[in-house]
Amino acid sequence: MFKRITPESAAQSVAFDFEGRTIAAWPGDTVAAALLAAGETQFRTTPEKNRPRGPFCMMGVCFDCLMVIDGEPNRQACQVLATEGMRVRRQNGAAEIGPDDAIPGDGA
Amino acid sequence: MSEPASPDLIVVGAGPAGMAAATTAAEAGASVLLLDDQAKPGGQIYRAVEAADAASEAVLGPEYMAGRPLAAALRSSTVTYVPDAAVWQVSDGREVGYSAAGRAHLVRARQVILATGAQERPFPIPGWQLPGVMMAGAAQTLLKSSGLAAEGAVFAGSGPLLYLVVHQYLQAGVQVAALLDTTSSANRLPALAHLPGALRRWDMLGKGRRWMAAIKASGTRVVSGVSALKVLGDERASGLGYRVGTGPWREIQSEHVFVHQGVVPNVNLSFAAGIKHRWDERQLCWHPLTDAWGRTDLDGIAIAGDGAGIGGALAAEAAGRIAALGALRELGRIDAAACDAQARPHRVALEREGRLRPFLDTWFRPADHFRVPVDDTTLVCRCEELTVKDLTDVMEIGLAGPNQLKSYCRAGMGPCQGRFCGLTVQELMAREQGRTPEAVGYYRLRPPIKPVPFSELAMLDADDTANDG
Amino acid sequence: MSETFDAIVIGGGLMGSAIGYGLAQRGLKCVILDEGDVAYRAARGNFGLVWVQSKGIGAPPYADWTMRSANLWGGFAGELRERTGIDVAHEQPGGIEICLSEQEFEERAAKMATLAGHQGGRFTHEMLDRKQMLDYVPGLGPDVVGGSFTPHDGHANPLRLMRAMQRGFVDLGGEIRTDSHALELAAAAGGNVRVTTRGQTFEAARVVLAAGLGNRDLAPMAGLDQPVRPVKGQIIVTERVRRFLNMPTTNVRQTNEGTVLVGASQEEAGFDLRASARVSRTIAARSWRAFPFLGRARVIRTWAALRVMTPDGLPIYDRSETMPGVFAASCHSGVTLAAAHAGVYAGYVADGKLGDELAPLSAGRFDV
Repeated sequence: MFKRITPESAAQSVAFDFEGRTIAAWPGDTVAAALLAAGETQFRTTPEKNRPRGPFCMMGVCFDCLMVIDGEPNRQACQVLATEGMRVRRQNGAAEIGPDDAIPGDGA
Repeated sequence: MSEPASPDLIVVGAGPAGMAAATTAAEAGASVLLLDDQAKPGGQIYRAVEAADAASEAVLGPEYMAGRPLAAALRSSTVTYVPDAAVWQVSDGREVGYSAAGRAHLVRARQVILATGAQERPFPIPGWQLPGVMMAGAAQTLLKSSGLAAEGAVFAGSGPLLYLVVHQYLQAGVQVAALLDTTSSANRLPALAHLPGALRRWDMLGKGRRWMAAIKASGTRVVSGVSALKVLGDERASGLGYRVGTGPWREIQSEHVFVHQGVVPNVNLSFAAGIKHRWDERQLCWHPLTDAWGRTDLDGIAIAGDGAGIGGALAAEAAGRIAALGALRELGRIDAAACDAQARPHRVALEREGRLRPFLDTWFRPADHFRVPVDDTTLVCRCEELTVKDLTDVMEIGLAGPNQLKSYCRAGMGPCQGRFCGLTVQELMAREQGRTPEAVGYYRLRPPIKPVPFSELAMLDADDTANDG
Repeated sequence: MSETFDAIVIGGGLMGSAIGYGLAQRGLKCVILDEGDVAYRAARGNFGLVWVQSKGIGAPPYADWTMRSANLWGGFAGELRERTGIDVAHEQPGGIEICLSEQEFEERAAKMATLAGHQGGRFTHEMLDRKQMLDYVPGLGPDVVGGSFTPHDGHANPLRLMRAMQRGFVDLGGEIRTDSHALELAAAAGGNVRVTTRGQTFEAARVVLAAGLGNRDLAPMAGLDQPVRPVKGQIIVTERVRRFLNMPTTNVRQTNEGTVLVGASQEEAGFDLRASARVSRTIAARSWRAFPFLGRARVIRTWAALRVMTPDGLPIYDRSETMPGVFAASCHSGVTLAAAHAGVYAGYVADGKLGDELAPLSAGRFDV
């Protein structure tokens, strides 16, 4: 388990939704950091072989932490700052960018 | 502040080299645009340094704090600093393509300094792709940016960054399950040849030894001479298996595994620009060809910092200043004599910082079997999910090189664009074909070196009175 | 010491690999001489269409040859899969060319009428209006007025095709020599032809020049003319996307892996292989109008390759009179014609004589 080594600051934490679960993020957390702090390590499954993956490099170069964030697929969770009310879900397989304008996962 | 339409200088990367280069040039009156893909300056080594306080220093160490004056100087300078900017190309005509705030731009500058730093070397072991396995640099990033540490983690590999992170964890009072050291004893004798130079920086050597002493004194289990590793678990990491020498497999249980075997320059931008590189056999990676001012074979494009060859943060800062001075001379803002004079103290610093490097590179040289996996079920291309066996099967028909391999099985065609497989593929091919890595070569890289939203590319903001180049 | 084979194919791209495969299938002991890892490789720039509707408009021999290949393609793909286990992802659902204005639509309709005119009932097509097109292609943008559809078109994975043909070739006893840039052709003893590379010499009774842009300099050594020039084409590639497009279109197709290929430009830029951001913009802008939702995908790769272009865009096939045994072939449709090259052309080479259907495609047509 990941734990915080600094005391909780006075600054407001933000809450976002991860597949129905409310995650509390500290100010400055990326989505990846907040999910790791909450004990989540699997962020997606691969398009070819449907294998589980999670964050690996935390610096934006491995592209393993791809998630659907506010309806946008293939977002690198380690590069996106967590904000209040965000909707985050795992990206299973390839990006869903469909011709029907409905943004998958939005409010669903 | 809006971006200058055609700046004197564009600097890519806001780590120590980039910050130093940008501020040096701006102080001399040049118009400077600094582009960086993170939200705050500092690069990797000085990540989150602006928010650091005394408590951070106690955990992360005093060297980390050296980033604060650099960031402060950047903030108070006239540099146009654009964070959250993904630079996806630098053309040989100094046209920089980048995406920021939902728009893609092409901006041409009179001078360009690339300061994109380094990444961790791939560490392909069976199961390295499982959730729960991360690089040691990732552990450090989480520590710096979010104050997060994994309790009871296993650290494995070799190199100063690995020991530093474990030391930082212990300083923070976090329990570490084990440190499995893969440093090869075969490196010791060759490293001794570089000891005289290293001893002239006995202060740095001493620091490293203090980290190791502290780690051992903490009671953390340290295993040396680790000759093989594999991640345990099916859907996520449950621990790490290891062998010492030819001994039996042993296991350490943990949900969190951090691996590391050194850092290598980020070369995607420099390769895609068409800059000439050479293979460095001591650092086992590609270095762009640069002169004493960081200049490459492309007019007006220089490279400073770890992106030109691993040298560390202080060397990067010195190199950034030197490259900026060189650019200022080409811009006509200072004359040659002033340029040489001002560069001199930075050259002294560069030399000083370089003294330990040959020893470190040799002592911590990752073993062949950790660079090119022996277990052929090991994943090499993470993005396209290709194992050693998948690749050697394709190589059987007799391939000319990694680009033909890439076209036949998609190795290197995923989003990471070869960052985590390129070196492995190159060395695997060298082994299979009995050639040197330099002869095998590397993936041909082209822009965009970071993904660009299709809509942004369709609406690219560029000076249309000019052509590409 | 010279190495002797039944046939030498100079060039290991789509043409050379297909021809080599066809020769090896016919029992000839064959070697393919290929350049190194960073050869111009038009093959790697190929968009992957198996395309009939845009070929040979006003040029019946080319339209016939294209159609012949398209009809052979299904069997060719099946045979490759059986022999090598490699699936080249060939599909033939038909194909569409999208028109973004009434004028484009009219021009396209006229071209299709011309093609149908000289091909008769062998070529069927339909001009679709926007509403009809939406049945085949989802999510079309408001600018799309319609387009041409033909059931003959399809697509395949060009890189897998290369790999499969070379795998099959090697399995049939063929040899591939890389780093073997052919420098010279000369007559040898016994009616053979000698090919010299930097380090070696090879001899055979049959030599096929399939070296793409390299044919221009090699052909005269055998008394032939292959007036080819480079025409740069650029393609942009997105990350993998859930399957949304089953029907290939001229400029946008979704691959078997799910990536979306968007192309293709035409530039007379010499041998410059740099991918241009402005050209990417042009390519992306047009396809964005056709498929607005594509805007949300990310471009992860661009590449430029050099088409092997002849003066009239049609292939050139010739057999040498002065150096018997030497054949030369150039085209810019290496995927579409792969089936014919392996299945028919290789047979002509083995027999030592080109079939009548290829006579109009000789370089002699340029001597007016």
